[in-house]
Amino acid sequence: MSTTTPLRIELSAIDGIISSLRQQHYTVVGPTVRGASIVLDEISSTSDLPVGWMCEQAPARYRLIKLPVDSLFAHTVGPHSWKQYLFPPILRLFSANRNDGEIRIGDGLPGSDVPGAGDAVRPYAFLGVRSCDLHAILIQDKIFGGGPYQDAYYRRVREQTWIIAVNCTLASATCFCASTKTGPKASSGYDLALTEVITEQDHYFIVEVGTERGLKLLEGLNHRPANESETARAAELVEGTASQMARSLETENIREVLYQSADHTRWEAVAKRCLTCANCTMVCPTCFCATVEDTVDLTGMRAERLRKWDSCFNMDFSYIHGGSVRSSVKARYRHWLTHKLASWIDQFGTLGCVGCGRCITWCPVGIDITEEYRAIRDTTLTNLVPSSTEEVENGNA
Amino acid sequence: MVSAPDVHGKSADSVVNPMLPALYTIQRVKRETDDTFTLELVPESDRHKISFLPGQFIMVYVFGVGEVPLSISGDAAGTVLVHTIRAVGIVTRVMSRLRRGDKVGIRGPFGTAWPVQEAQGHDVVLIAGGIGLPPLRPVLYHVLSRREEFGKVVLLYGTRTPSDILFRDELEQWRARFDLEVHVTVDRAQSGWRGNVGVVTTLIHKSSFDPQKTIAMVCGPEAMMRFSALELQRRGVSTNSIYLSMERNMKCAIGLCGHCQFGPLFVCKDGPVFRYSHIKDLLVKWEI
Repeated sequence: MSTTTPLRIELSAIDGIISSLRQQHYTVVGPTVRGASIVLDEISSTSDLPVGWMCEQAPARYRLIKLPVDSLFAHTVGPHSWKQYLFPPILRLFSANRNDGEIRIGDGLPGSDVPGAGDAVRPYAFLGVRSCDLHAILIQDKIFGGGPYQDAYYRRVREQTWIIAVNCTLASATCFCASTKTGPKASSGYDLALTEVITEQDHYFIVEVGTERGLKLLEGLNHRPANESETARAAELVEGTASQMARSLETENIREVLYQSADHTRWEAVAKRCLTCANCTMVCPTCFCATVEDTVDLTGMRAERLRKWDSCFNMDFSYIHGGSVRSSVKARYRHWLTHKLASWIDQFGTLGCVGCGRCITWCPVGIDITEEYRAIRDTTLTNLVPSSTEEVENGNA
Repeated sequence: MVSAPDVHGKSADSVVNPMLPALYTIQRVKRETDDTFTLELVPESDRHKISFLPGQFIMVYVFGVGEVPLSISGDAAGTVLVHTIRAVGIVTRVMSRLRRGDKVGIRGPFGTAWPVQEAQGHDVVLIAGGIGLPPLRPVLYHVLSRREEFGKVVLLYGTRTPSDILFRDELEQWRARFDLEVHVTVDRAQSGWRGNVGVVTTLIHKSSFDPQKTIAMVCGPEAMMRFSALELQRRGVSTNSIYLSMERNMKCAIGLCGHCQFGPLFVCKDGPVFRYSHIKDLLVKWEI
């Protein structure tokens, strides 16, 4: 599908896409300005999008800037990621009732305000998914749907979700997706992928079609095959985005470098700055850790189990009888970074980082994952021992 | 890497939703020591009957209080689910006050098992520290039920004080057998104790087994397991023939919540039982 000729649609067609999806009973979610940042929420028209806004990002800094044009997607990623819809921050796993000593447990029991794992969910259409975030969704697909045990809620919601990607035409200073090979152009996994083109006279979108249903959605809307110069201009914009990126992550041998750096002095240095606030894990689009919380109401008759996002930066995270396994800050930072960039590869066959830069922007002290890794790499690489190709089998499957 | 065992006779529900507990009724409560007790559980409905392998664990839920991972201390060939529990946290303390007829929720069984098949035809050395004995008891039941299929069988058990000794009656019976070598040691003796005093690793050189044809299974605190493994190696047991059962914080037990990570491993699904050679490099890293 994605090999077909790109199409051109006009600015007005974006409203057509939104209303058509809404008519098909999708909850259309997209970027929108809330307070002083661009978040994700339900939208009903293009006027809900961040029209004419771009964002300026730097370590521990995020500001909105008003542009003199009516761009829809001149911004980059904000504090929210799409995981909040597929992997909700709070999910009710079950409710239980106790009556005369009889206990009933079920995911279908009447619930509270919190979404339940068994609830029917109105399907989502995500509009404005950047390539980094699309890769994050594909990574979470592996986590929640690729193993022997699966997250039924995630799979149910994900299967119905529309993805309308947007190729980035501007990079923020914290972006580094070009180096992690996860952007700035969406390569697959979308229904439609848009590139916004704004010239002095013109404002249009080049559309790449990824699925049959994506093509069908365009049928009722005004579109035509893009001509060569339009396609070339869109490609130029996206390539330009890649070259704007000042940050990079050197991914070659990354797993071996980190596995051999457990005792590196850099962990001590970064621990002096890290507040263990967990912001980086909350804004990260791939972080998937969660805890469970068992509650009971005042009557003692009704209990619930909630699943809530958790973070490896929390002291309780690794608690076992006797104390926390990772009590020092350096151990917690090392665990997070080593998981993202090394053990993730063992677990899911891919990096756990998509180069979105959120953890850099939203870190209150501006710790930069690319800088931390570079410091470790620069002092480890010369002594790197090649990893053994012989896997030790754990015999009792 | 190890995949989830598919040997369990799980009900369709729990396959669809492994996070939903099934109700079990407490059939018997047995006080073992001051802080340790044993629960025998039977399913409310035959649909929720489970079968398990020695070494696997269960998530046990107390209504409104919480859920904890518990090793299985009973016979895998039996019909009841048996857990031996030390009351150390909120959930296990509430659990210690439960009575016959009370109900708990269970999920599982989860995780990898002790290598009882691989141990056939070998000498079997079981080394337990404290509350590490219950997870090894199913191995002993299995081995004793087909004793002729194994070589020498040795149980080494270390605990805090003589009054902390678990399964005292059974230990006496096992000790009386001629086909089983049992050594018990305590950290601190009390008056009347005439047995060994010291850490469990000191028992390894006292026992007779052929290191070349031994499978060793070790369960206890991490430091105790690490030193036991080193001592076994010194005796000549291969690192491939030593198995440890690891403990980490667990919330989901199905590899999704991230809590039990041990380097790249998820203790809940890649473990809890690991071949020592597979994890020995991780065991020596601080705060991994």
